[in-house]
Amino acid sequence: MAELVALSEAVRELVDDGDVVALEGFTHLIPHAAGHELIRQGRRDLTLVRMTPDVIYDQLIGMGCARKLVFSWGGNPGVGSLHRVRDAVEHGWPAPLELEEHSHAGMAAAYAAGAANLPFGVVRGYAGTDLAAHTRVARIACPFTGEELTAVPALRPDVGVIHAQQADRHGNVQLWGIAGVQKEVVLASSRALVTVEEVVDRLELRPGGVVLPSWTIDAVVCVPGGARPSYAHGYYERDNEFYVAWDEISRDRDAFGAWMREHVLQAVPA
Amino acid sequence: MTVAYTADEMMAVEAARRLDDDTVCFVGIGLPSLAANLARRTHAPGCVLVYESGTIGAKPTRLPLSIGDGELAETADAVVSVPEMFSYWLQGGRIGVGFLGAAQIDRHGNLNSTVIGDYDSPKVRLPGGGGAPEIATSVREVFVMLRHSPRTFVERLDFRTTRGDNVRVVVTDLGVLEPRDGELTLTRIHHGVSVDDVRAATGWNLAVAPDLHTSDEPTKRELVALRALEQKGRE
Repeated sequence: MAELVALSEAVRELVDDGDVVALEGFTHLIPHAAGHELIRQGRRDLTLVRMTPDVIYDQLIGMGCARKLVFSWGGNPGVGSLHRVRDAVEHGWPAPLELEEHSHAGMAAAYAAGAANLPFGVVRGYAGTDLAAHTRVARIACPFTGEELTAVPALRPDVGVIHAQQADRHGNVQLWGIAGVQKEVVLASSRALVTVEEVVDRLELRPGGVVLPSWTIDAVVCVPGGARPSYAHGYYERDNEFYVAWDEISRDRDAFGAWMREHVLQAVPA
Repeated sequence: MTVAYTADEMMAVEAARRLDDDTVCFVGIGLPSLAANLARRTHAPGCVLVYESGTIGAKPTRLPLSIGDGELAETADAVVSVPEMFSYWLQGGRIGVGFLGAAQIDRHGNLNSTVIGDYDSPKVRLPGGGGAPEIATSVREVFVMLRHSPRTFVERLDFRTTRGDNVRVVVTDLGVLEPRDGELTLTRIHHGVSVDDVRAATGWNLAVAPDLHTSDEPTKRELVALRALEQKGRE
């Protein structure tokens, strides 16, 4: 049953050094505030999982929180590369970063398999690409037709972290708009932390809304604006200017460090 | 009278012209998104744009910066989860055209968007394949848009991210390449470009079709629509 708690407490209780942590969000509802709290609490040796690692993962990796990244597309959408991730991969700064790389279809299938408590997901991809030799997949034969397929091991993070629009006072959560893999990561993870824009007396069910019952979640934290500079459909828009500005901030190690000190390390946690 | 235009505008217009009114098109961000939205605003208003964030039939009024901008969801016919997008819609074979970019392409249309240099100690770590590998094998036709340069059009890819089997056309800022006998061949050059220009910008010994055409220059209507899109994207 989800408890409504403070962000610092939720992160302290749910995330340990060395955990496999997935902060998901497919361009929408990206849990930036929760990521910043991980940085403030100085988590180390995390295996970070995300289909589309972008600015918040650039920050976590640049601050030395991670030793491994499991991903399928790592960039600043519409802008370019993640300079902190590149620095870690190309120069081992601030620490070397191990990569486990997939395609979007492979990773989506792996989350769905994790949520279904199955050992692997199945796709037709990877064959005929160089990725197959550099990642954790296996060729399998369909037991019915013999067709060659690719098995992708299920994703079962220790902790799944998402942001949503609303929770009620019992900790039931609803999100709407682009739903990404938010439901799958919560159901695939051993523990789940959800930050929300607001807590309401009663959830009003929305067309296309995704409801996660309280008993699938460990902690709910009210963090208005907790997805910024990403967006929360119906609350605020994506701060596209910040994503463009991040390219310059993150290019230089010192400029990055100064930005993180001012905006994250010295910021008051929610 | 023709209006002055840039090579990038020529590329966007030439790519947009290849989309039909009944095309269901999986769109990547950047140049592909520009071309697909241009098609919707000119000759193909019925063209269905599918973005990998799960937005099917998006009708944005301005160019999105990311594949998941809010306006895509607000204007879509349907919004589905990412696992559903990649399983039922893409791998399920519902999408006709996939529009891709890349960092490198070879003469067979194979694409690299993973690394420059060695995978384990890369010179440049690129964002990676994302949706591209399954887009390329699940749609009926792949269209590629790339600026022509010998660093991009290479004899040997540093990494094969995406298979080229379904690549039907490569539209560049200099011309158009299409597979002929299993090899990308120059079939069209843009106005004011010479075959030597294209050969110099291609890292392999480029074959040229005997029936080489010159692209029609952008019409005023196409340019007005294209510039309005780009202007709104910056607002």
